[in-house]
Amino acid sequence: MVFAPLIGILILLLVPKGYEHLIKWIALAAAAVPAVIALYLYVHYDRAAHGLQFVQHFVWVRGFNIEFFFGADGVSVSMLILTALVSLVAVGASWGINKHLKGYFAMFLLLEIGMMGVFAALDFFLFYVFWEVMLLPMYFLIGIWGGPRKEYAAIKFFLYTLAGSVLMLLAIIALYYTSVPTLLADGTPAQHTFDLLKLSAPQNVAAFGGAPLLLGVKFTHLIWIALFIGFAIKIPMFPFHTWLPDAHVEAPTAISVILAGVLLKMGTYGIMRINFPILPEATRWAATAMAVFGVINILYGAFCAMAQKDLKKLVAYSSVSHMGYCLLGMAAFTQTGMTGAMFQMFNHGTITSMLFILVGVIYDRAHTRGVDEFGGLASKMPVYAAFFSFAFMASLGLPGLSGFISEILVFLGAFPIFKVMVVLSATGVIITAGYHLWTIQRIHLGQFDDQKWGAGAHYPLVGNDINTREILTLVPLAVIVLILGFYPNPMLQLIETGMGDLVRAVQEGAGAATLALLP
Amino acid sequence: MFENVASLFLFWPESVLVLGLCLLLVVDLVARGASRALAATITLATLAAVVVATIVTAGRAGGLFGAMVARDPYADFFKYLFALCSAVIAVTALRSKDAIDYTRRDADAGEFYALVLGITLGMNLMAAATDLVMAYMSLELVSLLSYVLSGFRRRDLKSSEAALKYAIYGGVASGVMLYGMSLLYGLAGSTSLTGLRTAIGAAGASPIGFVAVAMVMTGFGYKVAAVPFHMWCPDVYEGAPTPVTAFLSVGPKAAGFALLIRFVMGVAPDLGPTGYAAGSYFAAFLGVMAILTMTVGNLVAIAQSNLKRLLAYSSIAHAGYLLMGVTTGTQAGVQAVMFYLAIYLVMNVGAFLVVIAIAEAGLGETLEDYRALGYRAPFAAVVMGIFLFSLTGIPPMAGFIGKFYLFAAVLEKGGPFYVILAIVGVVNSAISLYYYARVLKAMYLEQPAAGAARVTLAPLHAWSLGVLAVVTVVLGLYWAPLISFIGRALGGWGNPATAVAAVWR
Repeated sequence: MVFAPLIGILILLLVPKGYEHLIKWIALAAAAVPAVIALYLYVHYDRAAHGLQFVQHFVWVRGFNIEFFFGADGVSVSMLILTALVSLVAVGASWGINKHLKGYFAMFLLLEIGMMGVFAALDFFLFYVFWEVMLLPMYFLIGIWGGPRKEYAAIKFFLYTLAGSVLMLLAIIALYYTSVPTLLADGTPAQHTFDLLKLSAPQNVAAFGGAPLLLGVKFTHLIWIALFIGFAIKIPMFPFHTWLPDAHVEAPTAISVILAGVLLKMGTYGIMRINFPILPEATRWAATAMAVFGVINILYGAFCAMAQKDLKKLVAYSSVSHMGYCLLGMAAFTQTGMTGAMFQMFNHGTITSMLFILVGVIYDRAHTRGVDEFGGLASKMPVYAAFFSFAFMASLGLPGLSGFISEILVFLGAFPIFKVMVVLSATGVIITAGYHLWTIQRIHLGQFDDQKWGAGAHYPLVGNDINTREILTLVPLAVIVLILGFYPNPMLQLIETGMGDLVRAVQEGAGAATLALLP
Repeated sequence: MFENVASLFLFWPESVLVLGLCLLLVVDLVARGASRALAATITLATLAAVVVATIVTAGRAGGLFGAMVARDPYADFFKYLFALCSAVIAVTALRSKDAIDYTRRDADAGEFYALVLGITLGMNLMAAATDLVMAYMSLELVSLLSYVLSGFRRRDLKSSEAALKYAIYGGVASGVMLYGMSLLYGLAGSTSLTGLRTAIGAAGASPIGFVAVAMVMTGFGYKVAAVPFHMWCPDVYEGAPTPVTAFLSVGPKAAGFALLIRFVMGVAPDLGPTGYAAGSYFAAFLGVMAILTMTVGNLVAIAQSNLKRLLAYSSIAHAGYLLMGVTTGTQAGVQAVMFYLAIYLVMNVGAFLVVIAIAEAGLGETLEDYRALGYRAPFAAVVMGIFLFSLTGIPPMAGFIGKFYLFAAVLEKGGPFYVILAIVGVVNSAISLYYYARVLKAMYLEQPAAGAARVTLAPLHAWSLGVLAVVTVVLGLYWAPLISFIGRALGGWGNPATAVAAVWR
């Protein structure tokens, strides 16, 4: 599943330059293969089983005990499915790209390899390699096919994420050298290990807890912070979020979809996969801070979104806001909260992908994204208005759509622990609803400016409604959002067992200490 | 230790080099200016013979010529490295107007290749030197011939300026180093590296010992272009013919590190099997030098617009990362340094080779000339991208693995100082991305100027670039043979005949 797009890249490279259509279809096929495998994964995943499934495990580099360890469990299986789905949709959304097609899709497929690898990897070194492999194609994808300020946005994204990643590298090496001896995949003994599962085993957790002080700070705390900064930049968590508006706005539509739909989830996934099980005591130490930052994300993101005049930037800030719910849910360490956080990750992936595709639709036609420039679009582009309203309602958490379920789970899970913060976040929901509805009103309701967008205008919107291809990219996501809103069990069943294990790991690993309760 | 005559057998590689050098000079004389092809053939044959000689005579380690020079697997590794470096440059210079202007009759091809062989001889001796006098002599051999090579374009103002700056700076640095060596001789009573540590230790906390070592480090720091002895580097790299720059950025730097490591292992106080003791002043000195070198190299590179200068500052920064490995004082650290030098050879020569190839195709050396190269010369741009990402240290390229080993060695040593050193190292890696990405931005993200034509590379350059790029990527995925070879090479450290006796026994 991870390396299937590689074959796509190789085929693409062989296709000569002129056959634009062929290139697009090959890319679609290459992205469809992981999607089919994801379907298989969904069907055959054993909901009730603990531990890993679909494992591939063998030794890669003996000198450093690095293994080739892929697997899926409750934490990652939903993300794998999400990645495959969003990538397929994004290829559909890339149909409008018209320069250097081969390079675009080659980079795109390379990006997909990186994303799949991050979610599937269970060896720390391998995880890091795939994490970094993602940066390369993103730089080119934003920088070559992006909007007016693409070079700035691309290098800002690259530098920001790389700075976080290198801190992660140091943490990885430090954890490696502190780990206890174990066995490799083929039974040979190893002094240290990169294996994520072994690193979360009680012996290792105890070893980390007992490690000597580093720079005067407890070892686990310092490592936790180093890892967290790397992941926090990706989430993006305030105050490391400033790369997001630029990157999202300047990236082409499909890349924004991938960026928001998948890449943002990697931050929270990393925290769940790595910070929680390996450093449980430090996680509990930082829980309150995580929750506070989550609330800041929610509120600050919402207020910033309200102030935006550019539709794409508005959606970008709404992403910041929605990821704050994940942080809040994760910080609570309850089964409900964590399940809500994971579910929110999946939902946000589907919903935001829809949002960005819709922004792309209007930008392709009107060549502007100013919210105030439109008005009354519902009368002239009814199908578009329908999808637009649906997506925005999902984003604000309308009951009946999946966003509501995940948000309610997060609140339910976090309320016993962080009463005040949950109350604040709930007000965040009101503000979210505020700017979402206001945007719908500004764009779709009111008077249609016939002069600007009428039949004879420079960029006519009349008779230029959303076309079949775009509808095809939206429909799978919309259907999933709708179904999960009424019947979330398919996804929740995938997640629950894994989250239960995770919660237990955090609570047991840190001993019987109770969490601090805020007044 | 072997007698003088018996030593000759183990001295075969260098003897072969000398013979090849003489042969080349004679042929050049007789043929009244040997053609490039002939000179290159003789050079490559000599280098191949050196490698064969090294392999054949390997296995028996010991001191040669009265412990002046050591023959051990550590030096052998570097000999392979130098032979490879010289071979790549020999091939590259065949098609580089910069170095050997083949449009002129008096192209001095024979002299160019003779100088390359001479520097290789000097580098081999540097890696093997276990005596202060030998160290100085070999270092001077490399330096003097480097001065001449950097000024090889006699009629070019920049080249002559580069040579002059190099000569003056090198002369001063060598002088200081020689004075430090004389002080060390005064303390120890002999010039051999073996007895130095006890002698300096016996001198107590005498400031003279410290000053002497610092002065000698000046010379080594100059050779590897460490801060604050790096001022010659950008000007020389920019002015010299680009093949010479490529050669200088890898060969003498690696030789400098080989000698530096041997010296430091032989001289440093409080160096034990697990590296430097906590609170060691020597480690602090090396560490501060490493931090300064990395930081200055990376920060000043950001401001550069000439590609050769940019790569010069980048090579200064890489010397900083290597110094980080030397600061640990552990076997893992030295292993990481050697591994990184091998990878650095491939990626740095590769990057310079792209500059050579583009210059040969008619363009200049500034970022402005590289505009939209991604569309005008796609192969060169892709390959340059691979080398630049490798230099930054991004997977799946080999540069990442090299940096990984370096950071692993530093963190394995542990302790607050080393953790801070590692943090500075990674932050610098992130900073370096900015200026490497500027080249990529010029190549890919910018639109071509009006009327920009396609650029075709010479086939020789295209093939060499392809090979180097493939090696860079392959080493990033499968590096086990290289690292185990280095591990075996370091197995000979415990041999008392060599100067770095029993450090890790």
